[in-house]
Amino acid sequence: MPDSPPVVEVANLVRKFGERTVIDNLSFTIQRGETLVIMGGSGCGKSTLLRHIIGVIKPTAGSVKIFGDEITTMNDRQIAEVRRRFGMLFQSGALLASLTVGENVALPLSQHTDLSSDEIEQIVTQKLQMVGLTGFNHLKPSEISGGMRKRVGLARALVLDPELLFSDEPTSGLDPIMTAVVDKLTLELTRAEGMTAVVVTHDMTSAFRIATRMIMLGRGRILAQGTPDEIRTHPDPEVQQFINGEADGPMPLNLSQDDHEHHPHVKARPLVSAQHRFRHKMP
Amino acid sequence: MKNFLRLNVSLLYWVLVAPFKGQLFQISPIFRQMVFIGVRATPMVALTAFSIGVTLAMQAAHSLQELGAEIYVPDLVMVTLLREMGPVLIAVIVIGRSGSAVAAELGTMKVSEEIEALEVMAINPIRYLIVPRFIAMLIMLPALTVLGNYIGVFGGWAVCHFALDVTTAGYIIRALESADTWDLYSGIIKSAVFAWLIITIACNAGLHVEGGAEGVGQATTAAVVQSLLAMLVTNAILTALFFFKA
Repeated sequence: MPDSPPVVEVANLVRKFGERTVIDNLSFTIQRGETLVIMGGSGCGKSTLLRHIIGVIKPTAGSVKIFGDEITTMNDRQIAEVRRRFGMLFQSGALLASLTVGENVALPLSQHTDLSSDEIEQIVTQKLQMVGLTGFNHLKPSEISGGMRKRVGLARALVLDPELLFSDEPTSGLDPIMTAVVDKLTLELTRAEGMTAVVVTHDMTSAFRIATRMIMLGRGRILAQGTPDEIRTHPDPEVQQFINGEADGPMPLNLSQDDHEHHPHVKARPLVSAQHRFRHKMP
Repeated sequence: MKNFLRLNVSLLYWVLVAPFKGQLFQISPIFRQMVFIGVRATPMVALTAFSIGVTLAMQAAHSLQELGAEIYVPDLVMVTLLREMGPVLIAVIVIGRSGSAVAAELGTMKVSEEIEALEVMAINPIRYLIVPRFIAMLIMLPALTVLGNYIGVFGGWAVCHFALDVTTAGYIIRALESADTWDLYSGIIKSAVFAWLIITIACNAGLHVEGGAEGVGQATTAAVVQSLLAMLVTNAILTALFFFKA
């Protein structure tokens, strides 16, 4: 659908943490109905990019448009308005530990709709069934496994039937069968119901299964983008190393602690940098 | 400090302004917090207040017996308890029990991305998490103080009745004559101000945790220490305003 406006439009996005440039002049668009997979090594800025698109962090420069509206300049109320239209699955699931599984999934419904508690319960049961968790309503998040928590997170992200779904590593920590279930669910929702999905993942099997388009990030830039087939046959050796999961190649294998701090491939570890700062302060 | 003031402003917005714009806060979370902050603290508060009442009466008796003025023990117990000891020591209990718990709970939620998840679900964390705790604290700390006053006075009576020559009737009459309603109200006003300080300091500490379990620990300590100091300093100021005329 080339004439309908893109669901997400990122233009010249730049983000610096101190002197480190995490996102370096990124531009891309996401069309309605697409499943965009964003890949890249740990700490290449995938999660940071996602947080910019959902308006959690403001960029150093550049623009992010979501449903055609600029999110970087919105006030809190406008952002809240936009956020009701999309669902987000966090890397850790991010369930509220004090609520039961059922209450967690019901939370967006009870906060944003006027449905009766019977109707809410019905929707919650249906969504939990979609992710293969029938009958888990009354357990607390601490009583279920990490993979289950993630699937509950997915059910919660889908509970308002969003037009757009963001998933931060939806299949990490899931067994291969559950990965397939989650992938199948994503496919059904995007292909059959026209939902748009943005998925950040390391899992190559899952990525090639669900993607209609892929972006590979490295050093805060787009190393490669295209259809799964184009990526599979991409000439860049870095891309090949990544999708084939080879230990050695253009991406360095061994990094010293100092590289950890400064190498663009690797996220700064807070403890390490704190120790550094501490040492600087010592007489 | 900037964060603390901003938290206070948005709290006031959600409590006072938003309900008139059709965004009423939900009642059931408030009751849940009231049970946690108030009802579950009653045994501790009762024991504390009883001990204070007994101690005050014994100290008063010791000094007053030398003057042969044992009859004034109830006066001393009553006034000290209502004006100072009741509000302050019950606030200490609540800081230790609920202030630390709120800071740790919110801090853990912050660290485990729960608060960010709420924001991304377009649920305002101030409205969903802080407002119920704020209202519950504002109701329950004064309520606990009134309860503590009763039990403290009862403790004072126990000493007078079992160890001194003061009759029950005498105790009640002296107690009622010595204290006026302002003594009670000043204590309740104090405890309402303490409630405000305790809950906003605890929530602010919890909401701005950074860096994992270590950060949660530090925030909890900071919440307890800061609210204790703020409470004691405010108590001195309020006593000066209410009772001290130089």
